[in-house]
Amino acid sequence: MRTGIIVFPGTWSDRDCAHAVGEILGQKTRYVDHREERLDDLDLVILPGGFSYGDYLRCGAIARFAPVMDAVTDFANRGGLVLGICNGFQILQEARLLPGALLRNASCEFRCEWVNLRVEQSESAFTLDSRPGQVLRIPISHGEGNFFADPQTLEAIERNGQVVFRYCAQDGRVTAESNPNGSLSNIAGIANARGNVVGMMPHPERACEDLLGGTDGLAVFRSAIHALARVAA
Amino acid sequence: MTYRAEVYVTLKPVVNDPAGLTIKGGLRALGFDSVTDVRAGKYLVVTLEADDEDQARSRVEEMARQLLANAVIEDYRIELQPVAEPVAALSPSRSGAGGVGT
Repeated sequence: MRTGIIVFPGTWSDRDCAHAVGEILGQKTRYVDHREERLDDLDLVILPGGFSYGDYLRCGAIARFAPVMDAVTDFANRGGLVLGICNGFQILQEARLLPGALLRNASCEFRCEWVNLRVEQSESAFTLDSRPGQVLRIPISHGEGNFFADPQTLEAIERNGQVVFRYCAQDGRVTAESNPNGSLSNIAGIANARGNVVGMMPHPERACEDLLGGTDGLAVFRSAIHALARVAA
Repeated sequence: MTYRAEVYVTLKPVVNDPAGLTIKGGLRALGFDSVTDVRAGKYLVVTLEADDEDQARSRVEEMARQLLANAVIEDYRIELQPVAEPVAALSPSRSGAGGVGT
């Protein structure tokens, strides 16, 4: 799997993603500068977390106009696998590759902590290796991860099975207490209708080694490897 | 012609505003018991050149749609006014009379 990791001014989780996919999973990775215009050599594009362009105006609002985003849109429309993590999720929404928006956390606090995620469906390219109902323990680190969509959009993404992850208790129950940011319906990650583009607020790249407290994040990246193998087969 | 556009970007009424709620809590803690709601937003001032007011307005509308506001969660309002000629550009006699332009 050839993975491109997009680096905008202010991206901060690019090296963590390269470490997880390149060092731990042994896949080919390269950093993609925000001014690049071609992604033809890639199977997977990751938009990592951070504070692109200082989060000025709105998170992801300026990054959306970076030259590389036209290429990301083409890549996604051709069925290429795209994963937006945290700020990357915000950018994908600003680019209208994913529905909804991410508001300031209901607590108005930056939350940096481990959360439990219930896998809602295993058809997306990033959950093939998980089973519905499985609970993954992965950390979050954000101030604006409060998922919002208007009622019609929310109903549509629920009906289409586009909700990929929900914040939950350790036993998988979706509760108000387990929602760290006020997200509607505890939504932590969603896919586009086709399932090749996924955005999630939690950081799977920070949960890939026992040394860091857990390895549940590996399932997200391994799923992409298997999704590509399935297409090739 | 130079125009000054004031752009007010606010969260749609149906969107929860945690910052506004927190500010409201602060005001009430200070004893402003009469406060029933606070909504926080963004205020941008865009100075631009345009042939006339219609053109200036349509350009700023386009800016708001494409970048300044996110239609999923935000509304915007634009207030536009021409910028008076700078004092230095006026004739000496007029600037001597107080420098008031148009």
